[in-house]
Amino acid sequence: MAASEVTMRVWRGDAKGGAFTEYRVQSQEGMVVLDVIHAIQATQAGDLAVRWNCKAGKCGSCSAEINGKPRLLCMTRMNTFTPGETITVAPMKTFPLIRDLATDVSFNYEKAKTIPAFRPGPKEPDGTRRMFQEDVERGQEFRKCIECFLCQDVCHVIRDHEDNKPAFAGPRFFMRLAELEMHPLDTHDRKELARVKAGLGFCNITKCCTEVCPEHIHITDNAIIPLKERIVTEYYDPVVWLLRKIGVR
Amino acid sequence: MAADVKYQTHEYDVLVIGAGGAGLRAAIEASAQGARTALVCKSLLGKAHTVMAEGGMAAAMGNVWKEDNWQVHFRDTMRGGKMLNNWRMAQLHAQESPDRVLELEEWGALFDRTKAGLISQRDFGGHRYARLAHIGDRTGLELIRTLQQHAVHKGLEVHMECNIQRLVKDGNRVSGAVGYFRPTGQLVVFKTKAVVLATGGIGKSWKFTSNSWECTGDGIRLALDAGAELIDMECHQFHPTGMVWPPSVRGILVTEGVRGDGGTLTNSEGKRFMFNYIPDFFKAETADNEKEADAWYEDKKNRRTPDLLPRDEVARAINSEVKAGRGTPHGGVYLDIASRRPADYIRKRLPSMYHQFKELADVDITKEPMEVGPTCHYMNGGIRVDADSTATCVPGLFAAGEVAGGLHGANRLGGNSLSDLVVFGRRAGLYAAQYVKSLSGKLTVDAGQVEAGVQGILRPVQGKGNENPYAVHADLQECMQSLVGIIRTEGELKKALEEIAVFKQRLGRVTVEGGRAFNPAWHLTLDLLAMLAVSEAVTRAALERKESRGGHTRDDYPKADPKWGKVNVVLRRKNDEISVSPEPLLEMPDDLKKLVEEKQ
Ligand SMILES: Cc1cc2nc3c(=O)[nH]c(=O)nc-3n(C[C@H](O)[C@H](O)[C@H](O)COP(=O)(O)OP(=O)(O)OC[C@H]3O[C@@H](n4cnc5c(N)ncnc54)[C@H](O)[C@@H]3O)c2cc1C
Ligand code: SF4
Ligand code: SF4
Ligand code: FES
Repeated sequence: MAASEVTMRVWRGDAKGGAFTEYRVQSQEGMVVLDVIHAIQATQAGDLAVRWNCKAGKCGSCSAEINGKPRLLCMTRMNTFTPGETITVAPMKTFPLIRDLATDVSFNYEKAKTIPAFRPGPKEPDGTRRMFQEDVERGQEFRKCIECFLCQDVCHVIRDHEDNKPAFAGPRFFMRLAELEMHPLDTHDRKELARVKAGLGFCNITKCCTEVCPEHIHITDNAIIPLKERIVTEYYDPVVWLLRKIGVR
Repeated sequence: MAADVKYQTHEYDVLVIGAGGAGLRAAIEASAQGARTALVCKSLLGKAHTVMAEGGMAAAMGNVWKEDNWQVHFRDTMRGGKMLNNWRMAQLHAQESPDRVLELEEWGALFDRTKAGLISQRDFGGHRYARLAHIGDRTGLELIRTLQQHAVHKGLEVHMECNIQRLVKDGNRVSGAVGYFRPTGQLVVFKTKAVVLATGGIGKSWKFTSNSWECTGDGIRLALDAGAELIDMECHQFHPTGMVWPPSVRGILVTEGVRGDGGTLTNSEGKRFMFNYIPDFFKAETADNEKEADAWYEDKKNRRTPDLLPRDEVARAINSEVKAGRGTPHGGVYLDIASRRPADYIRKRLPSMYHQFKELADVDITKEPMEVGPTCHYMNGGIRVDADSTATCVPGLFAAGEVAGGLHGANRLGGNSLSDLVVFGRRAGLYAAQYVKSLSGKLTVDAGQVEAGVQGILRPVQGKGNENPYAVHADLQECMQSLVGIIRTEGELKKALEEIAVFKQRLGRVTVEGGRAFNPAWHLTLDLLAMLAVSEAVTRAALERKESRGGHTRDDYPKADPKWGKVNVVLRRKNDEISVSPEPLLEMPDDLKKLVEEKQ
């Protein structure tokens, strides 16, 4: 495949307003959308704002919406589009716009602060911590998360409802809660937090978050649903409830 | 001053610049020591270059091989560094890294496990035993997330997307820093008693690089400007295995873990060529036939496969094979794990390599070999520091992580960086906090220096020329790639210096349009100031060292010269000029000398 000309519609603007601007650029063999955005910067719009760091799908900086789908710019190959198709690139919709493709994702950093940290129990008598591969694997799946916040972007609970944001942590942080819950050494109980402050109840398991995750983490099946189940058993199972009341664990 | 150059001010005891592994660990420590601490970084928190690290972190924990201990790790590090290393740093690093790994586990890191339930360790180049604690091939992500979550939990103050452009001094002591916030263009002045530089690498001056955009060497520029010294800048590391195809991803790293887990390098004739490139220095410990090499993975009584020689050796070998016409269609060599290990094993051990090749190159690494070639990777040298305290020669200025020099000598072993970050990051935070406690009297932030910093930051948005920063960057990368690459000659290095002088003039003519809010052209123009300082430093140091050693190879001086093996090349800035002088290495105590000289 030789170089070919492509038409890109890129959102330009800031919190005050903006519009899509069309650019025609050369796309070379193997290029990803981020390469094309960089080509626009280098030759036509030096001030086109976009976040990126690694260009290898590892840092989760370059999140945007490509033809309406939340995706990483650096992991979307140009050859996945039909030749001649105009490609639209817009910023993530759920977060306030800073400029062009860069949004203010501080919502996520604030939510991260609300989750109590890992707190391990005592060590083994020989001073080590023993965990087996099978036991760490569940947590390891969730720790593949590159914090691209695409799952947060797509979740309808906050995408279309700004007012839900204070009471809803979002799929990325449900997963963090689940990860800590399932950590073989952790001693905290975060179920109450998940239920009340993090707003797990808002989630109606549409699985949109899982679909957009570039790390292919099974956010709903492996994190959210088990977390919901644990809470249900704990809070609505009368026997468990009674035992908790009288202090038996 | 114009009305729009008002700035925010903040005051701290310790300002840590950089939120990779080194900066995060430093800030956690300084804060735990009771110093009012803040962390600043150019990107969002958790996105620093450290996140990309793949293979693992080296620590002689002895979980897989009981025979392993700090002495062996020390020896491997010194020999890998061709003995240019600061021996005391190598000693501290080997002694303290196991504790730092265990500390990460205490803070929630989920390392891969051995059958006995301990932290698993994998083989890597130049390490005698399987020594790298790891999480698949995304160890850097786990390291950064663990430290980030710990820091957030401790309530550490973080200023994200904030770029520091100048340090301020009171007399010879550090007293502040000037910078701006990338999203808004807002200027900011930090008043601080100590600064820890943890700004990471310099790879963005080269065209084919494994480094993220942040690796522009800002810390090198800040340190030179403040009067600190650099060492070993000529020994830049080219990693042997970067992707070579397709063109747009050329340079992206392929972890050494592929070879650690059994992958081999072959040329277009299907030969495992590394057997032809075993240097005398490593003959005694390297297998000279395929049978022994393959048996080494299971039984360390065999000698190590030459596929896992230190990186400088492998990078030069690949370079030679391609030059001799035995390269792949896209100018690399083959790295084959598909024919050597089961598909399941590969997907489990190397999930992100599998993903990366599948998505970016349409290659299934469980079925086909990869095409790989050298890529600019790591700054072996850096800011000269005191081994124990990480202090530079400027009072109040500390440096840790990739930006600091000394530990790795002429060549870093894989896995020795992540452990470096936490060992010396912790020390930087500790000693910066101690320094602050010992200070007496008041520090002032000189208005003239602040003004000069501010003017430097604003110059490109007020400029009048018509130069494009993206074009200057592309030309600089071309220059460094072709003239200051793996193999160097005096003529080419001199030519590079001439070109760098021209780039400096061109940079002065850059004018940026579009205002100060999140403006990448403006950011790049300022980053280029550092990239040019770095490029000049590397080139001048490379001209000085008239021999070949580690990451530094001179075509006109192809052999190692014992005379040059006794000195570091030291750089300083004097009256706007970078001066170069060879200075003697620290003398190593006899008991450590013995460790290094032992045959096996
Ligand atoms: C693909 C890849 C794989 C690797 N794999 C391994 C491995 O398996 N094992 C290993 O040991 N090593 C590995 N390395 C090397 C290792 O990852 C790096 O050397 C290390 O992460 C550097 O960490 P650091 O903390 O020094 O700096 P970085 O992580 O680079 O962080 C630098 C920080 O400084 C900030 N900064 C820079 N300039 C400024 C400024 N002017 N103002 C404010 N902030 C600033 C940046 O924003 C960033 O937060 C790998 C490297 C790469 C590229
Ligand atoms: S499954 Fe739940 S968290 Fe995920 S997108 Fe749907 S509502 Fe949101
Ligand atoms: S869970 Fe997946 S989509 Fe969500 S932030 Fe993490 S990597 Fe991104
Ligand atoms: S730039 Fe890092 S994920 Fe895209």
